[in-house]
Amino acid sequence: MFTSTMFASILPEILILVLGILILIVEPFWKEEKRRNVGWLTTGGLLAAMVVSFLFARPGEPTATLGGMVRFDWLGFFFKMLFMFAGAATALLFMDNEKIGHRGEAYLLLLASLLGMNLMAVSADLVMLYLSIETTSIPLYILSGFMLADDKSTEAGFKYLLFGAMTSAFMLYGFSLVFGFTGTTDLYELAELFKAGNLPLTAALGVLALILVGLGFKTSFVPFHFWAPDVYEGAPTPVSGFLSTASKAAGFAVLVRLFFVAFPDFGVSWTVTLAIVAAVTMTVGNLLTLQQTNIKRLLAYSSIAHAGYTLIGVVALSQLGATSVVFYLAAYILTNLLAFGIVMAFSRVTGLEDIKDYAGLSRRSPWLALMMLAAFLSLAGMPPFGGFVAKVFVFAAGVEAGYVWLVFVGIVNSIVGVYYYLNVLKYVYLYRMPNEDEENLPIPLTRPYAIALTVLAVGVILIGTVFAPWFSWSGAAALNLF
Amino acid sequence: MVPLSWYLIFAAALFSIGLFGVLSRRNAVAILLGIELMLNSVNVNLAAFWRYGDVRMMTGQVFAIIVFAVAAAEVAVGLALVISVYRRRNTVVADELDLMKW
Repeated sequence: MFTSTMFASILPEILILVLGILILIVEPFWKEEKRRNVGWLTTGGLLAAMVVSFLFARPGEPTATLGGMVRFDWLGFFFKMLFMFAGAATALLFMDNEKIGHRGEAYLLLLASLLGMNLMAVSADLVMLYLSIETTSIPLYILSGFMLADDKSTEAGFKYLLFGAMTSAFMLYGFSLVFGFTGTTDLYELAELFKAGNLPLTAALGVLALILVGLGFKTSFVPFHFWAPDVYEGAPTPVSGFLSTASKAAGFAVLVRLFFVAFPDFGVSWTVTLAIVAAVTMTVGNLLTLQQTNIKRLLAYSSIAHAGYTLIGVVALSQLGATSVVFYLAAYILTNLLAFGIVMAFSRVTGLEDIKDYAGLSRRSPWLALMMLAAFLSLAGMPPFGGFVAKVFVFAAGVEAGYVWLVFVGIVNSIVGVYYYLNVLKYVYLYRMPNEDEENLPIPLTRPYAIALTVLAVGVILIGTVFAPWFSWSGAAALNLF
Repeated sequence: MVPLSWYLIFAAALFSIGLFGVLSRRNAVAILLGIELMLNSVNVNLAAFWRYGDVRMMTGQVFAIIVFAVAAAEVAVGLALVISVYRRRNTVVADELDLMKW
């Protein structure tokens, strides 16, 4: 019964599970001061898992495996690789955070949520979808509240849990109604049934609205974004980085598969709704970012705006649209992880998180400042960094689908974005520390930070300059949706 | 036999009561209880749809069991987080947890 295709379709998840068990066994035997080496183990294990999966578990023709629960295709595979890369980078960033880096549980929870994300990217059944979304969320609730001695962290975990549990109940209610209307939970069967016209339009819209509440929480678009700034600020910074990249991308992976595969026949009605949501999300996210003084909150609000840009690709409901979403998420994961990594490296040494504290960074640590320049210009959408190409593709998909007004809103918003990103860089490059000699206050990078930040920075530049292979991979992944 | 719609109306009412509890209660434990009500209304829905649909298909039942398991895990984590907040701040009233705003 258990064929090699089945095995291959969940090989990355099996490897992650094995790695988690290995950490559980090994970690108690290590001395307290060596515990941070679990981070090397996690990163190395994840990279090895990526290589092994790439060699032995590449998908061919899209197939349904494990009783229709899992779809084995390039879209899922591409997302899995992205998530595992983000997980490996996050594990490196965990290591020198003294609050969580010395605790094996943190890495284990990271792997558990990674397992859920991988399954989110491939699940082709509502039951599996719900289970994988919760597998992702529950470890992240714990990680957000991981610093038990910190008021903000416990509050962040608490808020994240209450908001997440409530919105997932909404989504689940939507799922139960879909099951009731059609008698099936398989996404691909649902598409067939909807083609036959088994579901009245009003019922479909109601169900879609309920499901959107849950996915809107995961991808943090307006009006389900309230949790994001609070949780990003309170949670340990590496966890915030992971939340704002991999967790958000996983939400988009589900959104794309669910809407493109199961609900394309109601396309006209939901694309208009989502277009309005995208416009509001970009605008609200950007306007609220303008007044932020804390760098983590600035990144949180700007990540809401980025969810809005990505939604343009979903709204387009075309092949280019899907490709641009996948590409945007790849570029965004690299860029935002880099930005959060720099914030971590900075506040680990200085303990400060306000934007004005970055004054004189270019003299204190030129390389860190240079990487910050790459990250923030990429977020702002400047060439030659990844963010620029990603934005171009998303906007192109929007224009191609006839949403010129939405693209216009997007472009105006990215100009607003340039202002607040450059504002941070103004502190980094133009301002000096008052009455201090910056040369005497360097920001040393430990080895895990140096490796993670260098790889991410190179990735951000590569994805923006040599974007053809990335784009064709995204295209191959998106092709599986149609 | 009781018609299906009665179950659905019951589930919808239960869901609405749960949602009202979540939005109006200030105590964290009461909010968690409201979330439980919402999840249970989903279970009522699933069981009713299974019973009135194709009984040989087990999907509805399996789905309901998975919802049970996940809800249990979620509440376990939720109560743990409530306790960790209570230890730091001596309160579980959601309104008073306002260190981070805007």
